[in-house]
Amino acid sequence: MALLSVRDLKVALPAGGDRTYAVDGVSMEIDRGETLCVVGESGSGKSLTASAIVGLMPSRSLKVAGGSILFEGRDTLRMSARELRALRGGRIGFVFQDPLSSLNPLERIGKQVSEMLRQHNWHGDRRRRVIEMLAAVQLPSPETLVEAYPWQLSGGQRQRVMIATALAAEPSLLIADEPTSALDVTTQAQILALLRDLTKRNGTSLFFITHDFGVVAEMADRVAVMRGGKLVEYGTRNAVLYQPREDYTRRLLGSVPPLEAGPARPAGETILRAAGLEKSWVTRAGMFRPGRTVNALRNVSFELGRGNTLAVVGESGSGKSTLARVLMRLIDADAGRVELAGISGNYLDLRSRELTALRQKVQMVFQDPYASLNPRRRIGAAIAQGPLTHGEDRETVRRHVLGLLARVRLDSSAAERYPNEFSGGQRQRIAIARALAMRPRVLIADEAVSALDVSVQAEILTLLQDIQREEGLSMVFVTHDLRVAARMADQIIVMQSGMIVEHGAMEEVLSAPKHSYTAKLINAVPQLSSAEAAEPPSNILELKK
Amino acid sequence: MRLHDFPWRIGVGGALLGLFAVIAILAPVLAPYDPFAISGPPLVPPNSSYLFGTDMLGRDVLSGMIHGARVSLVVGLVSALCSAVIGITVGAIAGYFGGAVDRALVRFTEFFQVIPSFMFVILLVAILTPSLGSIVAAISLVIWPPVARLVRSEFMTLKTREFVEAARSLGLSHGAVIVREILPNAMPPVLAVGSLMVATAILTEASLSFLGLADPNMISWGYMIGSARSVFRQAWWLSIFPGLMLFLTVFAITLLSEGLGDKTNPNLRGNQPGL
Amino acid sequence: MRFAYTFLAWLPRALLVLVAIGLLNFFLIRLAPGDPATVLAGESGASDTRFVEEIRGRYGLDQPLWWQAATYLRNLATFDLGMSYRMQRDVADIITERVPATLLLTSTALTLAIIVGTLLGIRAARRAGTWQDTLIGAVAVLCYATPVFWAGLLLVLLFSVSLGLLPPFGMSGFIRKSGIAAALDVLHHLVLPVVTLALFYFAVYVRLSRASTLEVLGRDFVRSARAKGLSETRVLYGHVLRNSIVPVVTMAGLQIGQLLGGAVIVESVFAWPGIGRLAFDALIQRDYNLILGIFFVSSIMVVLANLLTDMVVRAIDPRVGRS
Repeated sequence: MALLSVRDLKVALPAGGDRTYAVDGVSMEIDRGETLCVVGESGSGKSLTASAIVGLMPSRSLKVAGGSILFEGRDTLRMSARELRALRGGRIGFVFQDPLSSLNPLERIGKQVSEMLRQHNWHGDRRRRVIEMLAAVQLPSPETLVEAYPWQLSGGQRQRVMIATALAAEPSLLIADEPTSALDVTTQAQILALLRDLTKRNGTSLFFITHDFGVVAEMADRVAVMRGGKLVEYGTRNAVLYQPREDYTRRLLGSVPPLEAGPARPAGETILRAAGLEKSWVTRAGMFRPGRTVNALRNVSFELGRGNTLAVVGESGSGKSTLARVLMRLIDADAGRVELAGISGNYLDLRSRELTALRQKVQMVFQDPYASLNPRRRIGAAIAQGPLTHGEDRETVRRHVLGLLARVRLDSSAAERYPNEFSGGQRQRIAIARALAMRPRVLIADEAVSALDVSVQAEILTLLQDIQREEGLSMVFVTHDLRVAARMADQIIVMQSGMIVEHGAMEEVLSAPKHSYTAKLINAVPQLSSAEAAEPPSNILELKK
Repeated sequence: MRLHDFPWRIGVGGALLGLFAVIAILAPVLAPYDPFAISGPPLVPPNSSYLFGTDMLGRDVLSGMIHGARVSLVVGLVSALCSAVIGITVGAIAGYFGGAVDRALVRFTEFFQVIPSFMFVILLVAILTPSLGSIVAAISLVIWPPVARLVRSEFMTLKTREFVEAARSLGLSHGAVIVREILPNAMPPVLAVGSLMVATAILTEASLSFLGLADPNMISWGYMIGSARSVFRQAWWLSIFPGLMLFLTVFAITLLSEGLGDKTNPNLRGNQPGL
Repeated sequence: MRFAYTFLAWLPRALLVLVAIGLLNFFLIRLAPGDPATVLAGESGASDTRFVEEIRGRYGLDQPLWWQAATYLRNLATFDLGMSYRMQRDVADIITERVPATLLLTSTALTLAIIVGTLLGIRAARRAGTWQDTLIGAVAVLCYATPVFWAGLLLVLLFSVSLGLLPPFGMSGFIRKSGIAAALDVLHHLVLPVVTLALFYFAVYVRLSRASTLEVLGRDFVRSARAKGLSETRVLYGHVLRNSIVPVVTMAGLQIGQLLGGAVIVESVFAWPGIGRLAFDALIQRDYNLILGIFFVSSIMVVLANLLTDMVVRAIDPRVGRS
């Protein structure tokens, strides 16, 4: 008998929404010791399915409307509140996505872990178990760590604490809802390895929710693909990955860019040259505490040829976003030169008043599509803002705006609407249109697709490549995702702690990295390894009716 | 729509407030007697000719209540407006520019929050001799800190939003960014707090006149109650009815402000469920 | 140890504020119409020329302005607040005598408002959208909109005049009592003034606590707590409370200045022998020196109370003050 068996689960949305069910007749199973990966984009209902297992719906207005969930033979949907509480943490552990907000900021780590043990009447010495668990998740010096507060730990360390807590009372099932999506790539690789190791060692089943098929390839025994509340495909890992039956699954698989790059395009003359950029700041000193120096940029130099794309790759804290902002003159560097074709001299020296010329040549597309548009300004006005500020006449600008909207494949009626009427992907198109309105020669994309669903990402990347080709634009593409960089860029610089550790043509760096950090980044990327494609699917799963 | 969703707070509050505004504007027409004139025998309980009775001098209470609306509403609105201007300016500059400017302005704001505000108002009005002008000025000077704090924190949050960076990268100046980009987005919670300040101003003026610091040329609800303290046990109507007017006015404003706040701040919306 | 740092960091700022207030006082005197000496002498003292001359000398009023300011500040630093002619005593003595009564009144009222307000706010948040939530909200609005003096008068009318349950004024009865009986007598007299003063702040804290609790309930760590199998009560009082009470305590600290202002009204209505009532009397007599002294002492009280609140907030939330 399967450990967990979800049968025809239905979760109803409140009346008046665009659909009736958030989860519509979904069925899946996990055996003991197995890992099931549930894949889907936002709005697919994957998280709600997991929440329904222990009755932890995020909102009172979402109710289970049908089906059954059998865990260790008993239907959790028909359990009393007390029985469910015994289940939560005791038999089923939970790890959530955002480690920063998933821990109580005002309580010490040790207390939060031991609370789990106390709640489920742990039979042994609680303190010893806490230290044992913290050591099992490979946290340094567990005896001192129990006294620490969450904000004193890094994101990866906090997630390890979450895992330690979830597994402390020896549950038979662990539910992990996008546990690594908020973490750096290298940290993600470590956490995935840890999860694999712990679950296999203790025979714990794993219900793993993700949007990244690369992660699925590394973790799953079984795969369930969800979309719009419905189950689209369900089968063994190899079956779904290498012989998908549904178009949607194929599309999702295809949206994950492979980690390989073609040869670099020929570069025109150098259009942007940076040399020796330095930026650091000192955190404010407290009364008895000296300030800390943060070196965001250390001697950063690069060149960008016309028509080329340069990828700036690094994890959080590498300085890549600082670099983007320095190039845009949104913040001022401490030292260094940046030269741009068409502007004489070092444009870092330009005074605020003289920046007009720069603004017309370099523009940026920002990361968060929900925050980069003023919510109170209509789309047309937002796109027109730049040219109008620089004195162009209204009629010309209006025509230009309509042309741009067509360029980014949005209907011209969009000009009169507000940002909240558009999806994330559409907003990014609007942001691109706004940047293009200034007719720049260099476009800086700062994690421009990181906040988008995978399938939408692919569309936006294609759009950017098309526009680049048509306009002869040069791009600086800042990203943490090597796969995206591989797809877009001709040249790459890899940054760590403010310094460039490697640079060169994308193809060469990928195939033969010279620096150990680059190699580490490459290895950490979860990918659909083409080498295993040859293995035939062993069994197509039939659901036990 | 469920009862909770319908904007009845804005409706009821607004209607009540509108009613009082009409009463205030039409006071000379609506009041049966001149509130300062001795129109009847003293200390008459409510009856048919004097709806709410007369005070210890024989003046009609109803007329006093009607005319009192003028003082309360004028002081409330003007003080709130003046202090809003001060608060928004201080808060916007502090929140946007940060650094030393912010630290100095925060100290400045904290100073005004530390001094016992009501005592300061009493002092100021007493020294400048009580009049509508001195009362409005004194009240405006002490009630602006909450607005400044709110505007500052809104600006500090909004400043980091990417649409502000986008505006800067398109070439807008600091002033344009503050006024055209950030301020409209910061206004909704400010409106909710600002309307509460009208209530605070009205209550402060009432307390001032209760203690005797009122403009001698205008009849004020607080003054009516304060001057009736000696006969408070026998002539209960002198304290109850003007107080009721005060209560209803502030109640209407609070209702309105809550309604506005619910509409604009999703965190304060009543129905955010926990489970 | 951390608290020692907090105190040392607070001290220079507090002193700066007090100096600023001293200077403010100094300029307020000059703002009044007429000769500063007669202003300081008050209505009763102005007629006594010898007293006026004594003031002129003591404050150096014929000296240049900066000298006068320095003298005034030096006087303040040594707690020399001048003399009240009407009462024929040093202002500092009069005030110190009355401060305890005000402290009793205001601290009891604030504590009551915080405790009841927070608990009811949490209850309203837990049952958000139900009739209990609406009821609590309605009560809060009623308490918020009721003018302090009107509330006091109404309560007296109800509990003293009609029902005869509670005394309408004073801090103790006419008959002298001692020991426990005296304390109980004071408590008996304390009820109405404290409730009157606490009403408004209770309303503020209920709404703040409700909003804060709702916000905290939506945070991820609450889901984590539930995922551990904790009961709703444990989640609420073990995890949510500590997080949601911080804005309430912070707000209470900010409102201490207003609270003292409210004390002026309440003490006047209930003839409570504190510095609020003293200020009211001084106001009627135009005894400016006394009022300014009260203003200064109140400011000291607010500054000290702010330090206390700051420490309490840091105790609850250790993140405060760290970068």
